[in-house]
Amino acid sequence: MKSNARVEIFEGAPDRSIKSSVVEFATHSFAVANAEFVKLKHDPLELLMRAIQPILWLVVFGNVMGRIRGLSVGTINYQDFLAPGILAQSVLFAAIFYGISAIWERDLGIVHRYLVSPASRTAILLGKQITASIRGLSQATIIYILALVMGLGISFQPLKMIGVVALISLGSGLFANLSLIIACIVKTRERFMGIGQVITMPIFFISNAIYPLDMMPGWIRGIAAANPLTYEVDGLRMLMLPTAVNAAGLVRDFSVLVVISVVLLAIATRLYPRMAS
Amino acid sequence: MDAVIRIDALTKRFGKLTAVDEVSLSVARGEIFGLIGPNGAGKTTLIKMLTTLVPATSGEAWIAGCSTRTQSSEVRRRIGYVPQLLSADGALTAYENLLLSARLYAIPRDERDSRIREALSMVGLDDDADTIVQRFSGGMIRRLEIAQGMMHRPAVLFLDEPTVGLDPTARRMVWSNVLELRNTLHSTMFVTTHYMAEAEELCDRIAFIHHGRIQQVGTPQELVASLGPGATLDDVFVNLNDTEIESEGNYREVQRTRRNIRRRT
Repeated sequence: MKSNARVEIFEGAPDRSIKSSVVEFATHSFAVANAEFVKLKHDPLELLMRAIQPILWLVVFGNVMGRIRGLSVGTINYQDFLAPGILAQSVLFAAIFYGISAIWERDLGIVHRYLVSPASRTAILLGKQITASIRGLSQATIIYILALVMGLGISFQPLKMIGVVALISLGSGLFANLSLIIACIVKTRERFMGIGQVITMPIFFISNAIYPLDMMPGWIRGIAAANPLTYEVDGLRMLMLPTAVNAAGLVRDFSVLVVISVVLLAIATRLYPRMAS
Repeated sequence: MDAVIRIDALTKRFGKLTAVDEVSLSVARGEIFGLIGPNGAGKTTLIKMLTTLVPATSGEAWIAGCSTRTQSSEVRRRIGYVPQLLSADGALTAYENLLLSARLYAIPRDERDSRIREALSMVGLDDDADTIVQRFSGGMIRRLEIAQGMMHRPAVLFLDEPTVGLDPTARRMVWSNVLELRNTLHSTMFVTTHYMAEAEELCDRIAFIHHGRIQQVGTPQELVASLGPGATLDDVFVNLNDTEIESEGNYREVQRTRRNIRRRT
């Protein structure tokens, strides 16, 4: 390099304006998200593989279970009822992998690279969360395509679809951070695999994803009410199914998810630097 | 002395184990400073404290005038770090890796492309900009990581075992990159290594660390002279540590070294 660049050494900390800090924060989040996005673009196989599971659930499980008339899902078809639940489930399963990838990056040294950079921990995690949302949205695309092919009674009203995008981004980020927190605590892939299973299955089954809450015995319903997935599914069902939208219910679903997301992001921000030690 | 790194009684304890024990050092601007010691001596822990990855138990360090304890984000703006592990992302191309760094280090948008090209040519990877890093050899990955660490022109570049697992040719290229960067950018280089011959040839000063303590600091000539004529740095090392340079380490370290060795292919 022939430039006459010299290392400038600043003594002490210069003042930084709020505006430049905000721009910097956004740039850092975008940098992390963009790198992850480019990786998905280089190797989209993962996204395609993820389409298989929701197809099985909707085409096989939904089809067979729909024949049992005992499921009290109201006037709608069981497969219609199931679609938002399976969407939430596939978003959950995609997001849980985020912890494994964090452990993987730690074993390699990529986590160190992020942590020695000037980017704030929150900006890095937010960037990762955006990628988790992109993964989640790709799942949504698959479900909507399936719904079209299978002729499910799902709403394609633009305003409602925007709501679905928002809910999925929120849900992806929430479970991605939950997964990251577990990864920061257990630190090895083997332990994570075990705990990941132990956590995802109850989150999925003790929720309204594949059966309505009213069918559950009281104690299970109690646990389901404390499960964020229940609120995600509830919101998705209101937005995706053509039956009347209960605005108060939507506000409740969004509020619960936002509050839990913020708390989890704060915890993850505290724990993430541990990945370097 | 115009000290870029000032370390004052820096200590790190993990439970009962004292990994770094009251280390005090001073490194001048533009110096290539070598830290040498057996596995488990505390080299990586010391570097992790200096790069703000791990908080110190006690003591303090300043990088370019900023405290690692109270101004960690200011420290991070002023340093580059090439960890012993793999820090280049194998799923991205060389260019994409550098673009990520350019954004993380707030290099202005209109300068990014030229700075990336410049960094690639500094380490001789001009023709490999658009190759996925997974296809790189170990030496190429190291050089890319050095480019990543230097692109924002840090005051200090920390290199943790930069040549471990590389063949002699690749090792020589890595070192010539480090030297050239020091000479053009006047950055300070803080390097750990196992290879005495390299340290002797390339470092301006060397510190021996063992059981978390600095045993001796000086120029390679001074250290060798202290043992009398005909001595080598290997002799100094053995003399100070009462051990041969043997990298037995623990399971995790062995796993790591082996993984690094695999990069050669």
